[in-house]
Amino acid sequence: MRPKIEVRGIAKTFPTRSGPLPVLDGISFSVADGEFVAVIGPSGCGKSTLLGVLAGFERPDRGEVRVDGEPVREPKRTGIYIFQQPALFPWLDLEGNLVFGLNGASPEERRRLVAHYIALVGLEGFEHTFPHQLSGGMQQRAELARVLMVKPEILYMDEPFGSLDALTRLRMRAELLRILSRERHTVLLVTHDVEEALHLADRVLVLSPRPARIQTVVDVTLPRPRQLSSPDLLALKASLLKELGVAESTGDAS
Amino acid sequence: MSGLDGRWLATFVPVAVLLALWHVAVVTSGSLIFPTPWQVVVGLVDLARQGLLLKHVVASLFRVTYGYLLAAALAIPVGMLMGRFATAHALLNPLVQGLRPISPIAWIPLAILWFGVGDLSPIFLIFLSSFFPMVVGTAAGVMTIDRKLIRAASNFEFTGFQLFRSVVLPAALPQIVTGMRIGLGVAWLVVVAAEMIAVNSGLGYLIIDSRNAGNRYDLVVAGMVAIGVIGFLLDTLMRKLERLDEVRWRYET
Repeated sequence: MRPKIEVRGIAKTFPTRSGPLPVLDGISFSVADGEFVAVIGPSGCGKSTLLGVLAGFERPDRGEVRVDGEPVREPKRTGIYIFQQPALFPWLDLEGNLVFGLNGASPEERRRLVAHYIALVGLEGFEHTFPHQLSGGMQQRAELARVLMVKPEILYMDEPFGSLDALTRLRMRAELLRILSRERHTVLLVTHDVEEALHLADRVLVLSPRPARIQTVVDVTLPRPRQLSSPDLLALKASLLKELGVAESTGDAS
Repeated sequence: MSGLDGRWLATFVPVAVLLALWHVAVVTSGSLIFPTPWQVVVGLVDLARQGLLLKHVVASLFRVTYGYLLAAALAIPVGMLMGRFATAHALLNPLVQGLRPISPIAWIPLAILWFGVGDLSPIFLIFLSSFFPMVVGTAAGVMTIDRKLIRAASNFEFTGFQLFRSVVLPAALPQIVTGMRIGLGVAWLVVVAAEMIAVNSGLGYLIIDSRNAGNRYDLVVAGMVAIGVIGFLLDTLMRKLERLDEVRWRYET
């Protein structure tokens, strides 16, 4: 079967004041339909740039990205990018934000979708609340709901829970897994949190320091739901941390 | 004492002290031409009775309305172009920054040369004075739009006019409104100066004419009071605009 996403030899260099800065250096991989792939790497290695290229926000200098066999040239509503900081429109209430990406839906359809997704992310009763009145975790859930409203095939998640506190982060992971168990999406998750990657992903790509190449690919075959404290997961975590050059005794990588 | 009483008291006491000092100063100095507060009130009532107050207020407001609306109609689109397109910014910003520090008062001779004596000269000066705050505010509002909002919208395949109407305009609106408020304030300052030279109606004319025609300083100060009150009302109106839901989000965290 044809992969959902094919990434072939992506390279990108940014011009800076102190000369060209190579960020991505020949990255190739593919993602199957419905697969959850996490990308981890040291901070500043170009993870977000890679995700931006995949989603069509940035053009690579070399190589190409194909989704369903079609080259990616610009952002599409079939693949939505989720930022670390929620990008809700501050002048719209939650309902306004949720219906923002819909086009051509009838009013009844809109109402039905809003009710469905507001409930899915557990924000019932907040339809007419403005983003600044919500906590960071609630904003991120609203963002997720807005994204799911347009039924994207692919989610590009750029450290989506990175700005949340540890407890909310855990809850959001559980929510994401629950939502994905109901609505199948292909997911690419950029994170610097090894545990998060192992908790969520089917496969983990480890990037090298800048300029990023794929250093290792780890298939995570652990059964779901995954126990963060299971010996298998902890063993994988230890080997990934070692791969990233962090000895576990010096602290965690998150 | 309730908060409301406190606020009234805080407004009333300094005004009362000022009026009292004013009165005492006029009486003790024995000035024959500088009016006491009461004489100013009498002057205002006189002007109102003769219908002159209304006539001059309407004349000033009419000029401000024309000049200001013309300025807004040009400044907001130009500011948006400057905020959105680097080329437009590179071409226009030096002009804007170069012309902006020139006081509209300095333009008075040119205004008279180009537009003669009549309504057009003050309208032109008001246009100039309110154009710059609005163009700068609008450009800044558009330039400082959070990039991720634009990205989010383009991810939903919003482009061109749709992107502009759904994201750029609402995102920049608070700063556009602030620019409009500053612009109106400056316009009201400038109309008075412009009316002292080029026309024979309006509050600026009232002030200069009251002085020239017999040192009626009671009417001079009455004109100043009218200017202050109307300026305050205009600003209050614009502040109301800043409280609209579409604008208020910017000022809440």
